[in-house]
Parts: sequence; C-alpha cells; structure tokens
Amino acid sequence: MSAWRFFIEHRAEILGATANHLALVVVAMAFAIAIAVPLGMVIVHRTTLRNFALGIASIFQTIPSLALFGFLIPIPFIGGIGRRTAIVALVLYALLPILRNTYVGLTGIDPAVLEAAEAMGMTQSQILWRVRLPLARAVILAGIRTATIITIGVATIAAAIGAGGLGTFIFRGVAMVSDAVILAGAIPAALLAIAADLLLGWLERRLKIV
Amino acid sequence: MNPKTVPEKADPTIHFEDVTYSINGTAHHTIVSQIRFSVAAGQTLLLLGRSGSGKTTLLRLINRLLVPTGGQVIVRGCPTTEWDPIRLRRGIGYVIQDAGLFPHFTVAENIALVPSLEKWDAARTTARVNELLMLVGLDPAEFASRKPHELSGGQRQRVGVARALAVDPPILLMDEPFGALDPVTRAELQREFSALAHRLGKTIVFVTHDLREALLLASRIILLEGGRIVADATPQEFSRIDHPEVRAFTASLAPLAGSKA
Repeated sequence: MSAWRFFIEHRAEILGATANHLALVVVAMAFAIAIAVPLGMVIVHRTTLRNFALGIASIFQTIPSLALFGFLIPIPFIGGIGRRTAIVALVLYALLPILRNTYVGLTGIDPAVLEAAEAMGMTQSQILWRVRLPLARAVILAGIRTATIITIGVATIAAAIGAGGLGTFIFRGVAMVSDAVILAGAIPAALLAIAADLLLGWLERRLKIV
Repeated sequence: MNPKTVPEKADPTIHFEDVTYSINGTAHHTIVSQIRFSVAAGQTLLLLGRSGSGKTTLLRLINRLLVPTGGQVIVRGCPTTEWDPIRLRRGIGYVIQDAGLFPHFTVAENIALVPSLEKWDAARTTARVNELLMLVGLDPAEFASRKPHELSGGQRQRVGVARALAVDPPILLMDEPFGALDPVTRAELQREFSALAHRLGKTIVFVTHDLREALLLASRIILLEGGRIVADATPQEFSRIDHPEVRAFTASLAPLAGSKA
C-alpha cells in the first residue's frame, strides 16, 4: 500500500494524533517555562542554588528519553502509564535549555549597563524587571525554541508509555514493518518541528534589541 | 517620595575620613588606604591616577556601590552606611565611560529613568527631557526617539550626561566619561562640559588618567598612586609639586606639547 493512499485514508486519525502530539508539547512546554524561567531569575544572585539547579537539569537531559519514561512509570502519583507520566518526562527534558538560557541571558548583560542601573538608584527587582529581563528575552526565547524542538522529538517516544501522539504511528509501523505507517507519524512530527523552529526563530529575531 | 530626608541632607559635600577599602576586608587586597579629603560644595575635584591606582574605587565609595572596610565616607552630612543606598544614589548623578545607556530604551526613556523611578508625571518628565537634551547640545526632535545604537560615541556620552542630570542631583560622579571617544570629539565634549559645570555649580568628582583633562576641568586635583593620595593641589600648583608620580604625569604631556609646537 502506498504511503500516500494510507495518508488519505487515515487523514482523520493522523490529524487527531498530530493534535494530540501538539497538545502534549504545549502542556509540557507551559509547565517547563513556568518552572524554568522563574527559577532562572532566582538563581541569578544565588550561587549554591544555581549550581544545584543547573546540575539537576543537566542530569535529566543526560538520561536517554526512553529510560526516563521507564524510570517514571513506577513512581507513585506522577508515574504510571499514560499522558501524565509523559508530560512529567517532557517537562524534565525541557528544563535545561530554558533554565540555562534564562540564566545566561539575565547575566550576560553589558556590565556598564548594570552598573549604571545600580548607580542611578534602581532596586535589584527594578533592575531585574526593567533591565535584565527585557535585554534577556531573545536569549530566553532561544532556549524555549531549543526546548520546544527537543520536546516535539521526544514526545514521539512518549507513545511507548501510552501517551498517544504521532509516535503511535511510528511504533505501530515498526511493528507492522510498514513504511507507510511509520511515515504517517514521522512526516507530521518533522513538519511540526520545522514549523515550531521557524515560528519561534522569527519571534526571536523580532525580540532582538540591536 | 520621601521629601523629609532630602532637604536635611541638601549639603552637597563629600568627606572621606581615613577611608580604607580592601576586597573581602583582607589587608593584602587593599585597594585604597587612609584616604582623607573633602569636596566642598560646587567644587570640581579631579581624581587623577594610573589604572589600578584606586580612583574608580573612591568614586564607587561615594554612592555606596562599595562600602568602606575602614573609616567612613560622609555624603551630604551623613555616612554612606547610614544612607538608604537607593535614596543616596538618586541624589547623585553618575556617568561612566561607555555611558551605560539602556539599549532597549530610547534616548528620552534613558534620560527619564530616574524621573520615572521618582514617579514624575508625564508632562514634567517630557519637559525635563527636552530641556536636558538641549542643555547637552542634542535636538530633542531629532534625538529623543532614537535608540542608543543609532548614536555616535560622543552623542551617547552627551545622553549619559543628560541622564545623570535628570533629577538635578547636587552631586555628579564621572568615571572617565570621555575616555573612549576620539580625540576631536573628546576635546569638544571636555570644553562643553567645562562650561556646563561652571553654569550648573554642582559638586563634581571626576575620574581620569589624563592630566590635560584634569588641568582643563579641575578646581582641584588629587593624584593617587597605589591607593594613596600623593598630591592634592589646584591645577595651577599641581605641576610645581615635587613628587615622582607628579613628574611622571607632567612628563606625559611633554611629547604632545612638543609635537604641537
């Protein structure tokens, strides 16, 4: 059976899986951003917490994705089979790029600018909100972009623990030895990643100051 | 915001009373030691010295970016350690070498920063921004809405001066403000600033390593060497002081004087 015919015949199912995949990514990214950006802001002035947070986030990144899903399954409350476990794993995976870029963006500011801000009598929180964050936003967004692309990829593996999404086709296709079924998952996943990259890349350029 | 505290401390003078500053409070990291001098109201004091002589450290002790490890710095009648650092700094203009303009703000927003922190209303702020732009020789219609990266080095430094003057602070600190400019622009800004300083009558502490700049702008020059004061004189007296570091600085002028002749 040609891949094209499979696409046409199963378009509703493919579209549903794509929407499902996208939902996984959006929810995971929302949590990851909500955790990593504020954490990145907090660690600017706290060395011990910074080393700890960046260290832990690096460890999550190092664990192979399938193994991370495996580790989470036996854990009570957050574990088990299904979407919730998958989202937890995706969040843990997405933390490092966002956290690291938030920290680098907030601290990689021209020292003369920060000195002037302090010398003019801005408080640390005014410096954070009115100087550091606006100047760091393009770098933070670059981290979000990297994390989003990673998440779209890793989310295909989430199908292995019953989270649905485009990985369902890929795993089923491998089991059935059917290229058409594999491509029904792989092509939309690749397109999602490319689209996210272009969209966030465009936004990043818009946010650049100079 | 707190009108009570400001008039009490309106006295625009600075006194260093045996000030020592060392990193982490350890003696072998001493940057400046036993510094004692006063700056009178309306005086332009030039802190002169080589790189690493401690001039910038003295400046940063005045607005409490640094706190003395020994002695005290009294600014406007009150030791810096007893000032609320935020209130202290809002009453002290600060200009640095690279201007330190906020790249995401327009020229007008940069100048309006301290007024906005002080919650000035929009009309008063705009009027003040325009007034200051004209004071530093920039046409408000042309420059107010530009971003810092659209300015030349000299224009950025003019904006830096305007920003430091925004809320009309009685004291102005300047850390090699013209150091990164080309010689022609630098001379131009030095002349204009000299006139401006006379007109405004502010208490100014100005850091430089350029004796010509010091002689041009100063009502008084303090020469630092290795974190200690080695000379304290008016520009007229300065070159007559018999000290090796003074001679070194005077000698630094000679080749330039020779080539001009």
